Amino acid sequence: MIVLLGVVVVILGFVTRRNPALVVGVAGIVTGLLGKMDPLEVLAAFGRSFADSRSVTVFAIVLPVIGLLERYGLREQARRLIGRLGKLSAGRFLTVYLLVRQITAAFGLNNIGGPAQTVRPLVAPMAEAAAERKLNTSLTGRMREKVRSYAASSDTVGLFFGEDCFIAIGSILLITGFVNSTYGQEIEPTELALWAVPLAACAFVIHGARLLLLDRQLEREMALASAEHDLPLPKGADK
Amino acid sequence: MIKVEWLYWLVGLVFVVMAVQMAADRTNPKRWTSAAFWGLLGLTFPYGTGVATVEPGTAAWRLPAEPLGVAVLALIVLAGFNFLGKGVPVTTTAEQREASAVRLGSKIFIPALTIPFVAIVCASVLDESGLFETGKATLLGLGLGCVVALVVGMLVTGEKKVSVPLHSGRSMLEAMGSALLLPQLLAVLGSIFALAGVGTQVGEIVNTLLPENSKYLAVIAYCLGMFLFTVIVGNAFAAFPVMTAAIGWPVLIEQMHGNIPAVLAIGMLAGFCGTLCTPMAANFNIVPATLLELKDQYGPIKAQIPTALALLVCCTVIMAFFAF
Repeated sequence: MIVLLGVVVVILGFVTRRNPALVVGVAGIVTGLLGKMDPLEVLAAFGRSFADSRSVTVFAIVLPVIGLLERYGLREQARRLIGRLGKLSAGRFLTVYLLVRQITAAFGLNNIGGPAQTVRPLVAPMAEAAAERKLNTSLTGRMREKVRSYAASSDTVGLFFGEDCFIAIGSILLITGFVNSTYGQEIEPTELALWAVPLAACAFVIHGARLLLLDRQLEREMALASAEHDLPLPKGADK
Repeated sequence: MIKVEWLYWLVGLVFVVMAVQMAADRTNPKRWTSAAFWGLLGLTFPYGTGVATVEPGTAAWRLPAEPLGVAVLALIVLAGFNFLGKGVPVTTTAEQREASAVRLGSKIFIPALTIPFVAIVCASVLDESGLFETGKATLLGLGLGCVVALVVGMLVTGEKKVSVPLHSGRSMLEAMGSALLLPQLLAVLGSIFALAGVGTQVGEIVNTLLPENSKYLAVIAYCLGMFLFTVIVGNAFAAFPVMTAAIGWPVLIEQMHGNIPAVLAIGMLAGFCGTLCTPMAANFNIVPATLLELKDQYGPIKAQIPTALALLVCCTVIMAFFAF
């Protein structure tokens, strides 16, 4: 029971917004020691699992390419391009991206998108440009944050609720691996992937609807912002 | 055959080169500690080759894991006590970028699209060719895609110096800081949780709380349990064996005769709803916020929570009505 203190450390750390790296370090050491590992074993556990999870940091290799292209105007060109496209609003654009991300992930192409590969260089600037075109003005800082956050969300939701329709994805293989070895079953990946389809549809409907609502929210916020701006100044106030 | 370890060495090399650039950057007030952090991280990549778990019989060279553990703690100290700094980015002005966008037009997209294109080709066409280490074609495709895209990018932009993309990449690295390493650190925490038996404990608690013979309550407990446990550990993969061993298998499948693939597949997706809501899943939720330079690092999570909760309800309802 006492090893659960490690979980408590994590929750407290994140709730009080401590430095996440430090939270992980402290929680890891606390949990290891409470779980009756000796200090050397804890060190070895840190080392071995760090080596085993190097794959999650590989995306850093995208940075030089994206950095180079941004230096030469990638984001500006993304904005210019969407500025010319028809009546696409930010919400509609992101809904299309959500669908594309779901479908490609469902065919096992889950690495073609991602925050570093597509969201920062392409999707976020395009969504911002679409919103600006629609509202015919530049976005306030808060609205820009909102559009970017929704751009990131359409990528993540699309990935999560697309990839499980594909049979050779990690989560499906984890299920079959775990259940077939632990409980002596013979579950086929295709049977599992089939059940992911209705939820993929739910995800598209729900998140798509929320993305479309984003357009209205932006319009409202813009109306509010301009109303505040037009407010008559109190007499004698200095501008 | 191209091995995934080669890609790790390349990634390590990139970090080390950027660390050298940082050490030479006098505009960075913390240049030495920043360089130490990224340089040390770079060195853990090749060292990790000798530590990482391998298939029995294929072990080439083995190294002790403890020194790597010390290095990880050193990285945590450097990141945790604010030893990472930023230099003034070496880049172009807004006007220069605008002019360059006009000059290059949509050709600038070609290198950006090269990355996914090469990744797709590797993952689909070349997967069976034996060119890549088994099961690593997607990851290697991403790495290969970046190398090809860099060459294409330099041709398209007419940039001749390799140091330019490295400097630009380094500035992005400095802007992201320790958030870049967080996913890997959380994976480490997940496996320490597993080693120390956190999962077994959670399973026992759930079992004592759950009344017997109530199908709907059991479905809710499984879906909600997957959701909450994933929120805490940041990874549905870590939650799945725990909750399935606690409720999914013994109660929903053996006792209530649920449809096995339905219960398990939907249970995993209930966990994914949790991943959408938690800062612990840093690579999906915090890294985008840093990459997009958001002031509120919980921005993407806030955009995702309503969708995630609605989908959790969908998971529970679909499982309750169609899995039995």
